[in-house]
Amino acid sequence: MSQPVQPANEQFLTAILDNDLQATLTLFEQAGNWQERYRQIMLLGKALPKLDEQLRVDSAQVRGCESNAWLYHTEINGLHYFIADSDARIVKGLIALLLIACNGKNSAEINAFEPNEFFAKLGLAGQLSPSRTNGLLALANAIKAVA
Amino acid sequence: MDLSTLRSQFPTLAQSNDGYPLCYLDTAATSQKPQLVIDAMNHYYQCDNANVHRAAHQLSARATSQYEAVRDKLKQFINAKQRSEIIFSHGTTESINIVANGLTEQLSQGQLILVDSAAHHANIVPWQQLAKRTGAVVKPIPLTADCRLDLTAYKALLEQQPAIVALSHVSNALGTLNPVHELVALAKQAGALTLVDGAQAIAHLEVDVQALACDFYVFSGHKMYGPTGIGVLYGRFDILDSLRPLLTGGEMIKTVSFEHTEFNSLPNRLEAGTPPIAEVIGLGAAIDFIQALPREQVHAQEQALLNYLQDKLSKLGDIVLYAAHSDNIGAVAFNLADEHHQDVGILLDQQGIAVRCGHHCAMPLMQTLGLKGCCRASIGVYTNKADIDNFIDAMKSVKDLLL
Repeated sequence: MSQPVQPANEQFLTAILDNDLQATLTLFEQAGNWQERYRQIMLLGKALPKLDEQLRVDSAQVRGCESNAWLYHTEINGLHYFIADSDARIVKGLIALLLIACNGKNSAEINAFEPNEFFAKLGLAGQLSPSRTNGLLALANAIKAVA
Repeated sequence: MDLSTLRSQFPTLAQSNDGYPLCYLDTAATSQKPQLVIDAMNHYYQCDNANVHRAAHQLSARATSQYEAVRDKLKQFINAKQRSEIIFSHGTTESINIVANGLTEQLSQGQLILVDSAAHHANIVPWQQLAKRTGAVVKPIPLTADCRLDLTAYKALLEQQPAIVALSHVSNALGTLNPVHELVALAKQAGALTLVDGAQAIAHLEVDVQALACDFYVFSGHKMYGPTGIGVLYGRFDILDSLRPLLTGGEMIKTVSFEHTEFNSLPNRLEAGTPPIAEVIGLGAAIDFIQALPREQVHAQEQALLNYLQDKLSKLGDIVLYAAHSDNIGAVAFNLADEHHQDVGILLDQQGIAVRCGHHCAMPLMQTLGLKGCCRASIGVYTNKADIDNFIDAMKSVKDLLL
């Protein structure tokens, strides 16, 4: 068995998207159709740093996802930081949305975070349904679990 | 017969989401159900609900006669020799498990089980488990470069005198059609028992188990316009009668004492417990539905639609089709350039298109193809040209977004 790998703390800090949560919500509210929403999702996915090859390991895989998705977590000064990636572009974009909402937040904020409400506000209700194989629900649960 | 009128018999198909009409191209996962199947099940619960085979009252007599009438229908539907060769299960998976478990005592160390490389996991894993219990060995039957079963390799494997040969009639992931008559005949010559997984064939092709001469033929109700939770195991009487029952308990016994239990005769000995009665009755209605169809005309229409779908997809550009032969049955497997199949599925879903994206419960086949997965569009008797055109339009939008 190989030792579980963990990115250095500065990697977590540099991986944060500087997208403002409120601005992101507004952007999605203003999207005229699903094409525009998914275009934005893919742009966010593109902005999220690519996970190093050596970090794409089984132990970091989020189960319940048809695509590969990896999640890392650390806590710095009482704030939670996440690094995540997926080999599917839209899934990666959906993950980026979750991270915009949760990165750099404290436990109370993450506990209060309602993923269903959040995705509904983005016009993406249903993406968290347990029948989906996008792994988003598993990822949201994993984020909530560490906080 | 004007087949376009059939669609109105399927209530689920008349819906839309966000202005996109439902375009159901996932029939290979499960078919939609015609109103008469839904009505038959409702009628049973509303008027005839009783347990079968045991009570001394009229309600039970009615339920039992309807239940057993479906066995007769099935016997005729697949041309079994006798009604006791028809066993009700919960689906194809359970049917194969009944066989693989039932053969445990008949298999020994080192004996060979050949399994179709393109098989569904349901036709792989039970054999692996049987091999684990007995020391038998599972070997995959290789495919040719165009994903047909490799006849030369198959014949060479048969020289090793396998005990069991497990085949798919039609591959669920690709829709490729196996020449099962020839494959079964060759296996029989080599002295092997044969099981044919007909889950993807039964709604599309006429099946005659006596002509096919296989030992076992298995399929599910829900892929042939019937309900979920009901499947069929056909077995040649002698071999079926030799299976050790997977489930024991009520219904399947003749006498029970604490010293000794004697099992019932077929079919009951392999149907322990209260069966899915409403589902069996629903399956009976599904058989009525299929048998009322002009089957040659339906087959010609489905083939024309599938070929149209293959053609339209390949003309779309940037599409990789997998084993898209003109004689495939019901399904086409593809990817959009090197885009992830899940991304394609999410974007199709936005447009009301229902397709399956994933490994299609055929991971060994995906490994052979060097794929993480693919998308599969599949058709049924209710599919029309407009569905295909909508799907192709939706794929154009997906292409615009992704490429």
